[in-house]
This record gives sequence, structure tokens and C-alpha cells, in this order.
Amino acid sequence: MIEVTDIRKTFTVRERTGRLRRRRITVRAVDGISFTVRSGEFVGYLGPNGAGKSTTIKMLTGILTPTSGTVRVAGLDPSRRRTALARRIGVVFGQRTTLWWDLPLRDSLTLIRHLYRVEPSVHRRRLAELVELLDLGPFLATPVRQLSLGQRMRGDLAAALLHDPPLLVLDEPTIGLDVVSKATVRGFLERVNAERGTTILLTTHDLGDIERLCRRVMIIDRGRLAYDGDLEKLRDVAAADRMLVVDLERPGPPVEVAGVTVERVEGPRQWLRVPRGMNAAAVVAALAGRHPVADIALREPDIEEVITRLYREGRITA
Amino acid sequence: MSVYPWVATYAFRRYTAYPLGAFAEAVTNTVFGFVRAWVVLALWEARPALGGYAAIDAVTFCFITQAMIGPVQIFGGLELTERIRSGDVSIDLHRPVNLQVWWLADDLGRAAGTLLLRGVPPMLAGALVFPLRLPDAAGWAAFAAAVTLAVVTGFALRYLVAMAMCWLHDDRGLQAVALVTSMFFSGMVLPLVVFPGALGTLARALPWAALIQVPADVFLGKYSGAELLGAYGFQALWAVVLLGAGQAVTAAARRRLVIHGG
Amino acid sequence: MGDALRLYPLLAWTWLRAAAQFPLSMALLCLGSAAVAALDLVAILLLFEHTPRIAGFTAAQVLFLYGTSALSFTLADVLLGSTERLGEHVRRGTLDTMLVRPVSPLVQIATEDFSPRRMARLLPAAVALGCVLPRLEVDWDAGRVAMVPVMLISGTVIFAALWVLTASVQLVALDMHPATKSVTYGGAYLTQYPMTLYAREFVRGLTFVIPLVFVNWQPALYVLDRPDPLGLPPLLRFASPAVALALCAVAALAWRAGLRHYRSTGS
Repeated sequence: MIEVTDIRKTFTVRERTGRLRRRRITVRAVDGISFTVRSGEFVGYLGPNGAGKSTTIKMLTGILTPTSGTVRVAGLDPSRRRTALARRIGVVFGQRTTLWWDLPLRDSLTLIRHLYRVEPSVHRRRLAELVELLDLGPFLATPVRQLSLGQRMRGDLAAALLHDPPLLVLDEPTIGLDVVSKATVRGFLERVNAERGTTILLTTHDLGDIERLCRRVMIIDRGRLAYDGDLEKLRDVAAADRMLVVDLERPGPPVEVAGVTVERVEGPRQWLRVPRGMNAAAVVAALAGRHPVADIALREPDIEEVITRLYREGRITA
Repeated sequence: MSVYPWVATYAFRRYTAYPLGAFAEAVTNTVFGFVRAWVVLALWEARPALGGYAAIDAVTFCFITQAMIGPVQIFGGLELTERIRSGDVSIDLHRPVNLQVWWLADDLGRAAGTLLLRGVPPMLAGALVFPLRLPDAAGWAAFAAAVTLAVVTGFALRYLVAMAMCWLHDDRGLQAVALVTSMFFSGMVLPLVVFPGALGTLARALPWAALIQVPADVFLGKYSGAELLGAYGFQALWAVVLLGAGQAVTAAARRRLVIHGG
Repeated sequence: MGDALRLYPLLAWTWLRAAAQFPLSMALLCLGSAAVAALDLVAILLLFEHTPRIAGFTAAQVLFLYGTSALSFTLADVLLGSTERLGEHVRRGTLDTMLVRPVSPLVQIATEDFSPRRMARLLPAAVALGCVLPRLEVDWDAGRVAMVPVMLISGTVIFAALWVLTASVQLVALDMHPATKSVTYGGAYLTQYPMTLYAREFVRGLTFVIPLVFVNWQPALYVLDRPDPLGLPPLLRFASPAVALALCAVAALAWRAGLRHYRSTGS
């Protein structure tokens, strides 16, 4: 669905140094990125601000032309076949709406129908589906500028999917949303990917989104891909420690197991930090051998921790 | 008390930060100046002493009025309109500063900032091609005073139009009407001296005359001694009346805010 | 291109319907717009209060020039005047939103906020032209009668092309855009009067650089049977359609170049 080969994007920015003079700097927003996304995948695209996420998205959708490298989205070259490609993708920008500010939501969707050449019968069916899935009914007649952020985002999602595109690209869709709206959006996206097989590329700062929705994650940093692979393996890469939560039969002093540090003790429960390299089973065996253990739980580090660790180790700069 | 000079300084800096844009506007102002001057020359060729003006007066009128477009903001609104439209003005109304005085200070800074960039090019271009009637040193001083009063009066008018947004939902109609009324009755379309009979008398009494026609006449040296004071008085009177109206409207807006909750 | 032609009326109609939801407000706006547009007419009438002829032209003849110019300009403004706001879209990032849709951003911007308000401005110009045509002392043969609609259409196309051209400037040099208002609004204003008013060099510029004389002046010289003050060949009086088409081509090129520039440098 998406094939990106060694794309680069350089900007020349003129910076003011003093009252009148200006200096030319070359900014390498994207510096040699390659990846492939297969049809039906749900990929997360992470990275600190200014890393090049939006620039990549813009190159994929045809808004920006790459300085070098090739891009192929849905079999088309975005910089050359922009309008043809537009028919096959849906785009949602988190920070601004794709809807028309002064028009009621319903009219915006009608405009979309005309723009994308959706047959009236297909439009009716699709609209009904989306209205139900996203609960748009209550505010279909409200002008977009009067909608809350959550309502607007649902409207944007409907607008992006009205023409049933095989690929959906989202640029920070959950930014600024409350917990309930985030859950709605995530649930919706999950459904769209699972039931319709829509390929989804999700750019986000919200690690909760990633955790809930993506199996595969790409991390971009300073214009380059720092990581491209499974969410699970990311934890290994970051060599983040796991947490072993042990419930002893009776409260006791902190247990002593070689290589393991006790983080916290609360009555019979103790939290043990197990470094990545160590075999958790061996730790449990050593533990059970010396102490009466009632229950044990092994907790993987959450993504927040993983990324923080990567940042801290300088693998990604914030 | 001391926040207002700061507001004015900041506005001055903002409006001198992008000289290229201001110059581009000045280019358009200059072109219009030339077209108007030619039209007016043809008219004065047919009627040489129309309205007490000589041809050179009429041509100078065209250019000095074009030069004043920037500072006096005949075509413009206020950034206040945006803040009202987005609702941010409710924050401003809660602050312990007088909304109108704040924006007045901002506008004065803006006028000072645009004076050079938009005032000089039309006058310079006009002076290079046509003979213009330029004032002596005393005349320039008198003109400076008249322009300042014009800026204040113009602000008062624009402030009222902007505040109307608090009650209307769509201000485009009002803006269009305000634009054209101000253009027509300020003398931008044709000098008010050309307006015949009753229309002319009416036009010279309206506040818009204080914006362009009066300063232009001061520039041309049409007032002397007591007449000059009379002219300033006319401008000042309208400024005071309109500013007063603006204060009343602001108070009403604040009351409305309290009732409707922003 | 075909897509654009098909979509323009559809999009415009959707916007019109939305605007029509507030009929009273719309009626007032229309009235206001018509009154606003009438002021140019009033200025000309005031002029002729003082003298029967200006630069050798009678009131009827100047009103003919006014009517044709204003009608052409207003039509072009209705169709493509919104492109003036391209700069706003660039600044707010909404141009990107338009680029993601399968339609030329030009059509999207042009139809935006389409409302009968702009069309109301046609009223004063149409009324003036309607009143003045029978009063003109013209020998109305077939050629002259045909010339009036031809000049109206060519004039509209020329102004439309100028709108697109000046809008393209905003894609490349946003700061310089206010200067282009001298071409659009300035052009609308100066074509209301006979070119005999202006300096010869200026009119030459308007013939060979920014071809505004072809909006109504040159065709009017034919209709009113008057000599060309610059002494240019009489064939130019029939050149308006050709000039209009040529200008369209230039505008199309400029637009494409502008868009290409925007897409390579971003916002």
C-alpha cells in the first residue's frame, strides 16, 4: 500500500540574525527514510516534535514533493498523481479540520460527496453507517465552528471515510481530546481496520493510542527512522526492565535474589525490578525456593517507560 | 496607567516588522493616486476653479489622501473584530484595563508605524510626476496635528463598528456598508468640494469628513488662523462624541457578558 | 478541467443553499452590496454635474465604459474573486487541507462562500448599461450590436485571468500580494473612465503589458467610432477575445507554477 524508498526533504530557511540581515540554513526535515506498509496493516508513527512526522505525512499525501527518493502510495506517485491518489486515501488532521468552518456538518459531508464523486445511493448508505458508528446524529445540523473538539474529530473521521478509501492517514487525531472521546476514536479506528481492512497510518504523540491500536511501530528521530518493527520487540530494544510483583504468604523483609532489586514493599506484596537480560523464570524459581510465595505477576514496561528510556539513553533526542 | 504607552510601542514594532508587505500596499495606493489624479485633472480642465480648488490643489488632494489611507485606515477594521468573533474578547473585558483605551493606544502605535512606509511612497511618486502644493514648516506641523485627530476619530468609528459584532452574528454586511460610507463621505472617491448643494453640506458635517477632507484641506493651506482652530474643533468634537459612544457600548458589552456568560 | 467545470456549479450551489438559510440577513447584505457598488456610479454622475464632457467624452459614453467595465469585473469577481483569500489559506494551513482532496484547489477556493451577495453588485452596472445603451449616439449595425456581448465576455475572462494570476503570486511571495490589488481593483477602477484621461505611457503599458485596454476600451472605440488616441492599428479593437484566451493561458501557467512552488517549499 505504501512504499517509501530513501526519501529526503530539505528546506532552506532564512533566519533573522539582527535587524536586517538574514542567514540561510538548510533544514533536513527528512533525511533518508525507507519503509513499506502492506495493505490492512495498522502502523503507528511516533517521534518527538520536529522529527519529521508531519513532513513525511505531507509527502505521502502529495502536499509536499520530496527533494529526492521515491514514494508510492496505493500504486501512485503522490507528487505526480495527486488528485488520483486523493480519491484513494482519507486524511485526518488533528490540529485543524478538513470540514468547512461555517457550514453545518451535513452540508460539509454533502460537499465531500460531490468532491469525491460518491454515488447518491452509496453516499446515503455510507453516511447512515458512519452516523451510527460515530454517533453524529445529534449535531449533524450544527455549524462546524460550534462543535466541541470531540464532535469535530468524529466529523473529520466521517469525512475521511465517506468515500471508503483503502488507506487512512491520521496526523495526531487524539490531540486535546478528553478520555471518553479518545476511547471512542480508538474503538472506531480499531473497528475500521478490523472489519473493512482499511490500512491505517497513525501519527501520534499519545502512547496510549499506540499501545491500544498498533502492532507495528515506526519511530522517527531527526529525520531518520530510529525503529521499525513490532511493539513487543521495542521493549527488548529499549532493554527496559520488567517488574515482578510478588505476593508472599506473610509480610517479611525485602527478598534477596541475585541481580534483582526490590523497588517497593507493601505488607506481603513486593515489587521486584528484573533487568532485561535476566531470565524471569529463573528468578521465580530462586524466589520460590527461599520464600513462601502466594502469587506472582510479571509486568512488562509500558511504552511510556520504553520511549523515555530510549530518549534518556540518547537513542532518540527529545 | 503605564500599560498604554507599552501597548502603543508594541503595536509600532509589530507594524514596522514587515516592511515589504507595507510597501506592497503602498504600491497599490500609489497607482490609485495616479488614476484619481488624472480623472480629477480632466474635471478641473473643464471647470478650473471648482469648489475653490485650483487644479494643483485637486491633484495634491488625490495624493495626500492616498498617503493617509495607511495611517487613518479608511479601508480597515480593527484586529478587535477577530477577537470578538472568536470570543476572546470576553477575556479582555474581564481585565482591569479600559478596552477602548487599550485599542486606541494600539491604533496610535499602528498609525505611527505605517506613517512612513505607506505615507511616503504615494507622495513621493506624485511629486515626481505632477506639480504638488506642499506646505511650509508651519503647515506640516498643522497637518501633523490634523492627522493625529483624524486617526483618533477614525479609530472611534472603527471601534464602534467592531463592537457591533458583539450583537450581530455576521458583520460582513456592516463592514461593507461602513467601508463604502467612509470612502464616499471622507472624500476618497471625489473631494467633498465636488459634492453639489445639500449633499455637499451634509457630507462636510459628517464625521467622515474629519478623517480625510479636513486634514487634506489643512495640508493644502485652506484654513488660516481661526478657521484652523475651527477645523481642529470639528475633528475633536466628533472624536469626543464617538469615543464617548464607544465607552457606552463597551460598558453595554461588559454587562451583556456578565448576563450571558461570554 | 472537465472535473472543475462539473464541480463548480455543484459546490457553488451547496454554498448558496447554506447561505439561503438566513434569508433576511442575505437580503440586507444584497441590498448593501448593491448600494456599495452604486457609489462608483454616483461618483461618475457627480462628475458630470459639473461638466458635459470629460476628456472629450460625453456622460453617456463614460457610462457605457463604466457599465461594461463594472459588469465584466463583477462577473469575474463572482466567479473567481475568492481566490484573493488564498493568502489566508496559506497562513492558516487550510490550503494543505484542500490539496488532500481530488479537486483543484482553485475550484475549491473560488466556490468558497459563494453567495448571492456578490451577484447583487451586478445591479448598478447592469442598470447603468441598460439605461445608457439606447441613449448612445451610435450607428447600430450588426457588427456593433454583436460587439457588446463579445466585449462583456472577453472583459470578464480577462479579469478572471487577472484574478488567478494575482492569486498565484500569493503562492510564491505572499508579502508582495497587496501590490497586485493595483491590477485587479485598480484595473476595475481605471477602466470605468476613458483612456484619454491618462498619460500616454500609462496607456501603452495597459495595452502591451497588462492588457486592460482590451476589457472595454478598444472594443468601445469601435462601438463609439472614435479614433485611438495612441494611433494604434484599428485591428486591435477586435483583439479582445484573443487577448482573453492568451491571458488565460498565462494565468493557467502561473497557477501551476505557483502550486508547484508551494508544494516544494511547504508553508
